[in-house]
Amino acid sequence: MKKDEEFMPKILAFLCNWCSYAGADLAGTSRLKYPPSILPIRVMCSSRVDPLFVIKAYLGGADGVLVAGCHPGDCHYQKGNYYTRRRFASLQKIFEDIGLESERFRLSWISASEGPRYAKVATEFTEKIKKLGKNSVKNEIFL
Amino acid sequence: MTKALKINKSTEQGILELLKFLLEKGKVKGVFTLKKISNDGAVAYSLITKPDELKDAVPLYPLMPTNAGKLLSRFTLKGSSNEPVAAVVKPCELRAFIELVKLEQGSLENLFFISSTCGGVYPLKMAADGTIEKNLSKYWDAVKKGEIPTDLRSACKGCEEFKPYTADMTVDLIGKNDIDKQCMIFLNNKKGEELTKGVKGEFLEKAIDKGKIDKFQIKRESEKKKLFDEIEAKTKGMDGLIEIFGKCIGCHGCSNVCPICYCKLCEFDSSDSEYKPSNYEIELKKRGGLRVPPGTLYYQLGRLTHVTVSCVGCGACEDVCPVDIPLSIIFKKVGESVQKMFEYVPGRDIKEEIPLITFEEEEFTEVED
Repeated sequence: MKKDEEFMPKILAFLCNWCSYAGADLAGTSRLKYPPSILPIRVMCSSRVDPLFVIKAYLGGADGVLVAGCHPGDCHYQKGNYYTRRRFASLQKIFEDIGLESERFRLSWISASEGPRYAKVATEFTEKIKKLGKNSVKNEIFL
Repeated sequence: MTKALKINKSTEQGILELLKFLLEKGKVKGVFTLKKISNDGAVAYSLITKPDELKDAVPLYPLMPTNAGKLLSRFTLKGSSNEPVAAVVKPCELRAFIELVKLEQGSLENLFFISSTCGGVYPLKMAADGTIEKNLSKYWDAVKKGEIPTDLRSACKGCEEFKPYTADMTVDLIGKNDIDKQCMIFLNNKKGEELTKGVKGEFLEKAIDKGKIDKFQIKRESEKKKLFDEIEAKTKGMDGLIEIFGKCIGCHGCSNVCPICYCKLCEFDSSDSEYKPSNYEIELKKRGGLRVPPGTLYYQLGRLTHVTVSCVGCGACEDVCPVDIPLSIIFKKVGESVQKMFEYVPGRDIKEEIPLITFEEEEFTEVED
């Protein structure tokens, strides 16, 4: 990357199969514009996302991590996203406590019909990460 | 008012008497307690069925060779005990066991718990080099006065959960100045009352002295604050973490002794977490260097997220760490803040669900975006 080129973050997105992944798909088929910063990983449910995944991504140098699932009450498995929310809340708390950047993580609910919302979340989050700058962990040798 | 049993013997003798009584009368078929192995401070948890074998039992010995919660879990993992067993454990060990039972790693059935207000335990090193024996009188002097004994495990120094929640009987220790002459056991429930029926001693209507407990609580609180402030300064941010965990040799001793780390197939021990040549290549290209083996911070942070919500702060992790990483204080501090978020105290009540396996429909909306 050249110096004057704008920083385009790498954001890892864990998208649930039933809602958010379909939402992302809809954003694509609707030809909505959003930044090319998101690297999606499809999971069957947002509650499949072990905090370890997020930590691994962060230590691996991901500039942001997005976890997205069905809206509360709409989970394909009835209650998976409620667990996700608790897990996410505790992970954020832990990161705050040890002084790491919890603001690089985002939890969003995006349904299968919310293509525009997916594009919006992607754009917003990318903007936010751009402001935060690169994840400096990328350069750490000891890990 | 709760009932209490007063035995006119030293506290240690009184408990031994009680245990002997329970075995002889057949009220329990076994006793789970610390037992002396040699005279230089080596003790181990043991199951005892013969009353005579109690002669070397040291139920109140200030050492935790292994967290008894973990041991009781192994004892009851494949099925609950067929016979009644009385277990003499420390409050944090009892809490750890309750957590493990919640995680379906043990059973409370047929177990009776005798615990105490706990003065804390010494690090294992002091048992290894035999210095613990010389410190015992100092320890009990401090406990009698309601002070924090010196040289304890650091987790114990700042432990505010020194009073058991779910024990059937609680032995009065903290601030009890006549420990050598009198044994006071509080019977917290019907089970405790039932068991002690017929023991040679005096039954009283008496509750634990709250003033004494509160005073001790304040001392522990200020000690905890000191420890937390120290660690707070050290662990801030990635640089701090790298410095503090940089010493880690990756022995995974902390997770092996942790009562809450119960998984038999640990992610961090599996071959899945080993790097392939291509992983090394990718990482090296990115960073220009890499610690070998990699994944130290991943392991520590991963364990932190997996354990904190149930961490009872027993300090076993730090005690076995060969490079003295202040694990127990880090885990305790982060643990308490996460537990507070869910208004949860691990091991307080068997009916309270572990926060991460339950939920409310309307909560934590502030983390959604």
